[in-house]
Amino acid sequence: MGANENNSAKPRARPIVRLGIFLISHSNIVSVVCFTAGVVALLLLPILAKNTYISENALMPGSANNMLSTHHVSDANKFIKDLTDLEFRSGSSPIESQKLIAHYMSALDAEVTFHKFYPQFNHFHPLHFFTSPDSDIISENATCSSFGINTFGIIRAPRGDGKEAIVLVTPYNPNKVGLGEALSLGIAYSVFSLLSHVTWLAKDIVWLVADSQYGEYSAVAAWLREYQAPAFRRVDIVNSETCNESSTFNELGQDLYLDGKLYGGFRRAGTMAAALVIKVAEQGNQYEDSLNIYAEASNGQMPNLDLINIVNYLAVHKQGLRIKVKKMWSLLGSKWLNTLGVIFESLGRIARSLNPQWNPATEYVEGAATLASSLYYQGLGVPTGPHGAFRDYQVDAITLEISPKVSLTKMIRRNEFILRGGRLIEGVIRSINNLLEKFHQSFFLYLLTSPSKFVSVGVYMISFALLVAPLPIVAAYLHSNASNSTPQNTSALEVDASHKSWKWLNSARKVLVIHLWGVVVSLLPFFLCQVPNTTPTTNFILWGSLSASSLLILYLILGSPIFEAAVSLHEKNKWASLKSVTISTAFIGLSLMSVINFATAEIGALLIVPICLLARPLKLDTQARSWRTLLRASCNLALGFIGFPPVAFVLLKGAFEDFYGINVSDYWNWLESLWAWNSATYLYIGVVHLPCWALCINILFHPC
Amino acid sequence: MALPLKATFALSLLFLFSLMLAASAEEEFSEELLLKPLPDRKILAHFHFRNEAPLAADSFARHHHLFPKSISQLVQKFHIKAMELSFTQGRWNYERWGGFDPISSHNAKPPGVELWAVFDVPQHQVDASWKNLTHSLSGLFCASINFLESSTSYSAPEWAFQSALGSLRYGTLPREAVCTENLTPWLKLLPCRDKAGLSSLMDRPSIYRSFYHSQRLHLIMPTAVSDGSKSGIILEQTLTVVLQPNNQKASMNHVGETKIQPSWSLSSIFGRKISGRCVLAKLSNIYLHFERGLVTQLDNLQKKSSKFAANDTGPEAFRGNAGFELSVTPERVHTELEKSSSVLYEYPIKEYKEIEQFDLGLTWKHPVVWSSSHAPLYASRFLMGSGNERGAIAISLKSTEMTKGLVSANNVEERCKLQVNVLQIVPWYVKVYYHTLQLLVDERPQVLADFVERMRVSPSEDKVSPGVMELVLQFPCEMKSAVLSIEFDKGFLHIDEYPPDANQGFDIPSAIISFPDFHAGLQFCEKSQSKSPLLSKLQERSPVLSYTEVLLVPLTTPDFSMPYNVITITCTVFALYFGSLLNVLRRRVGEEERLLKNKDAKKAVFLRRMLNKLSAKLRGRPSESTPSPPSSSSSPFVSPKLILRVLMVAGIAVAWQYYSQ
Repeated sequence: MGANENNSAKPRARPIVRLGIFLISHSNIVSVVCFTAGVVALLLLPILAKNTYISENALMPGSANNMLSTHHVSDANKFIKDLTDLEFRSGSSPIESQKLIAHYMSALDAEVTFHKFYPQFNHFHPLHFFTSPDSDIISENATCSSFGINTFGIIRAPRGDGKEAIVLVTPYNPNKVGLGEALSLGIAYSVFSLLSHVTWLAKDIVWLVADSQYGEYSAVAAWLREYQAPAFRRVDIVNSETCNESSTFNELGQDLYLDGKLYGGFRRAGTMAAALVIKVAEQGNQYEDSLNIYAEASNGQMPNLDLINIVNYLAVHKQGLRIKVKKMWSLLGSKWLNTLGVIFESLGRIARSLNPQWNPATEYVEGAATLASSLYYQGLGVPTGPHGAFRDYQVDAITLEISPKVSLTKMIRRNEFILRGGRLIEGVIRSINNLLEKFHQSFFLYLLTSPSKFVSVGVYMISFALLVAPLPIVAAYLHSNASNSTPQNTSALEVDASHKSWKWLNSARKVLVIHLWGVVVSLLPFFLCQVPNTTPTTNFILWGSLSASSLLILYLILGSPIFEAAVSLHEKNKWASLKSVTISTAFIGLSLMSVINFATAEIGALLIVPICLLARPLKLDTQARSWRTLLRASCNLALGFIGFPPVAFVLLKGAFEDFYGINVSDYWNWLESLWAWNSATYLYIGVVHLPCWALCINILFHPC
Repeated sequence: MALPLKATFALSLLFLFSLMLAASAEEEFSEELLLKPLPDRKILAHFHFRNEAPLAADSFARHHHLFPKSISQLVQKFHIKAMELSFTQGRWNYERWGGFDPISSHNAKPPGVELWAVFDVPQHQVDASWKNLTHSLSGLFCASINFLESSTSYSAPEWAFQSALGSLRYGTLPREAVCTENLTPWLKLLPCRDKAGLSSLMDRPSIYRSFYHSQRLHLIMPTAVSDGSKSGIILEQTLTVVLQPNNQKASMNHVGETKIQPSWSLSSIFGRKISGRCVLAKLSNIYLHFERGLVTQLDNLQKKSSKFAANDTGPEAFRGNAGFELSVTPERVHTELEKSSSVLYEYPIKEYKEIEQFDLGLTWKHPVVWSSSHAPLYASRFLMGSGNERGAIAISLKSTEMTKGLVSANNVEERCKLQVNVLQIVPWYVKVYYHTLQLLVDERPQVLADFVERMRVSPSEDKVSPGVMELVLQFPCEMKSAVLSIEFDKGFLHIDEYPPDANQGFDIPSAIISFPDFHAGLQFCEKSQSKSPLLSKLQERSPVLSYTEVLLVPLTTPDFSMPYNVITITCTVFALYFGSLLNVLRRRVGEEERLLKNKDAKKAVFLRRMLNKLSAKLRGRPSESTPSPPSSSSSPFVSPKLILRVLMVAGIAVAWQYYSQ
């Protein structure tokens, strides 16, 4: 405002500067337009999704005939039968089944090794965010009895040079073999038995039967750690104790080799090109055989899109499986999305001009549900399966969960199921085997809207950019507004002259302190974890009270006169400069987060940007007493309520799952899982979201 | 007139003939084939061709009868003292196919091309000779051996490999694909090519269907003992193939029962039979080799079924056993001197008629399980770490049954030591930090100096030379395992240094592990048989040698469309920069200000009215004489004209987008 008086006298500035000034001076309209455009762009993403295509020509999926025959299937059936018989036999130790698997593997001329591991329970290590998995950490409570044994076999490619390998993983619990697990082993076995005598193999094949009694992920991660970053040092804690079970483990290795002369150490097979985790769901859906693909690894990393593409292509076109990616089921029934779809349908002509392959509303709803789940699971930053462990070593991996149509107790049905599953895996392996280079052609940054449709980074960035674009503009507007406003008090004129330009530093200090508080809050659980025998609820309450008290202490320190030494007298505009700094930090935080984990930044922007933009002292609004200001005040209150992390969590959970049975401890458990998986989302919540929210609340209740 | 002509012709013919006779008396060619059943149901076939020629002073221009002229010219031109070139596909399985016999330590080679040569030239000419040699060989064998020319791809190990030969150069190409185009020029060096003799067995499909095949060319210049001068050239050509006999019951493998070894014959594994010997060959033999482990197992079988009493003697007795049966009776049987010894059956090749060609077959009667003898330590190498930044190479050595035997043998007084030589060559873009070399013996970290006898490190130089590390280690015999690890950083290459398919990763060539204290040689009792080159080769005491795996290091690779993007961005930046620079240079500020003031004075009234109206509409209130709202007055440039223009441009863009689809 103030700038404009001088402006008219000045010559016309450069166009780009003028554009900037224009945007800043119209920040209200700009922010409303940008924000709505951002939300609309987000809602438009299912329409803008492109069909996937296989980018790497060398893959050539499905160009060769399947070699897996009923013969291999009957072999696999025998294997399954032996395995399940072993289960029924009373008094058999879990080692027996591993022996059996190893025996079957070595009968196929594979090199078999057992890998003994101690499960590593996840703990919160504040310094281990973003660091590569450390081989030296062995959890202290590893005892003799709690160890798992991974069994894995390697088929060496007959004429290959052994530089690369493809990994097949089947999680398997030796203590309780379900039919699903047995079937997944059967499928892997049928493929393995085929691959043991094919001539076209160029990469070695590793079949890992991961001992999942301590969790699928930890077994696979332990194996990978041993494969990629082994600790050669003997583990003293474990070996110092006298372990009976470890001797049985040694026996296991001994009797495998008939003459005991073969090399018994951990075998390796080159750089891993890709990994497939195979699972069979116990209960299927009623309509047809289907395939679920899980791809999200830690911190929203995705495998190369080509890997999903070949699985999708082969499953749909060759095996006739119905393919699925995870959906938000609750969204499927939601009314508003449906009406939105109908609206988009009615705007079909325009939509078709945007993307000619567009189809009507139901597809929109499906796409939106898939997109929401894709965003949610990427944003969570927790891997959705054992494949996540591979991504930590830059290996592309996905989990394939095949669910049968009907119960697989019938033999004929089971044979057909194994044949289909096996042929799918065979085709995928053959495709990857064709690959000369590692996966690099296709996208790594994408969101799926259906198994065969994706939104690439260039498209989905738009909505995020639109969401955060108003932040710097509003910040600049507020800043120029606050610094240029003519002071009412003439007495403060002299002081003001010197402090005019540095006034924002006060607010910046406040913002910095609040952010430090955020860091403290996010570190608190580490110390809370040290307290023994606590329930999640007490932990949560403790955490909440500690955070609140630390905030209070900080506030008191801040409020003390030492810090308030040179505060300018015009309180009136103080909230504006505070808001401006808050908004800038929110912008910086969101932008940084979008680089680390885009989905988190997107969801976070949806939650934090409106309150940041709207925040205005309630006192001012209530004093004005017009319907507009009151509406704004109530909006602010509502947004402030929603923005509080636990509330946001409960709302999101309610939206995607249901409200039933949500309790306070859930939030604690959720956060615990986040830090256990080293998710950057946890840091985002602690260091960016929570302080920004607190500052916004501070602005709302600002005394002016 | 005609008579003298005829006479001279006859004379010259005679002269030539005599010369030929004289020459052929000295040039020798022999062909041999060794067959050996392997423990994992496969067959090793090892062709061995030896060509020997005298080396006269004028032999550069001389005609050879049997010896390939191209090779002799090569030797003459580059002053080669010794040379070995191998083309290999597949990996030698040291664990199953053995690592302690002459064949594995001579003929197990790393995948791709391996070349080493020793030159008899002054030190400063060695590199030049090597470079020329690589180009010549590249032309001779239709392979990209010329890539070994660049100094980044070869090195000069001093003593860890083929020691005491002089100025040695060594290079490998792990990614070289080996195919028939390499075999054909190799066969051309044989006097009979593959038209007659043993080489006629080389059916291309069956050779290239093999699990491992390695064709090798070895040149030696033996020095005469008397005067130290070179006496001749010996060219050894070997082809080592590991084949799987295609048995009908391959798919019928059942778990739980020991499988019977597949029976095979020459015709079943090669698809051909031998119709006769190469007439130019002095010696043409086929050997069948049963290694120690197998012979012991067979003896046990024989003892069990004692009904085959040892009453029959003579060659017929060798034809069969309780465990196996041969289709042809061997001419001669060589047994090793030691008690549990390997057996070699010899079959000389004669001329055969069309109907009864030579076809050796072996039928197993009982399942036999044995294992090959292993090198003292089983070596494997792997990469550690992840990411594009750094990593580590680890060489793990595990003791085998061989060293266990050693401990039990000499556990008496002096501490038995096991010497291991390690040669590791690393390309320059893998920046190895030699100070990080760590040694763990039996899972305990050890001081390196306690175990390293000698060590030579020549660090890599960027874009000039690879890093070479030679180590002589002394381990106690009772050691169970040892791990050598060394860390590295991954370097960046210039954009045009990337090979095709750069995203595959980069190869680190095999390390060579050798055991100089151990000699892989078989001792046969009959000394008279040493006339056979293959047998003398088998009896030669040579150090045990093994190669580790080739490693694949993923390096950071740029997006190769990046140069285009960079060009675009640079151009944009330049355009903006020069545009604004020109703008500043040609602008006269004072003049413009004056002009603007005039204009503004005219425009201001109209504009303000317009904007007032606009803002009033936006606010939904009748406009009053209130001071201009912040939004309006700040923008004196939002003229309807401008808005119109912007709208027009946007409209054109939308229309264009619409119709372009």
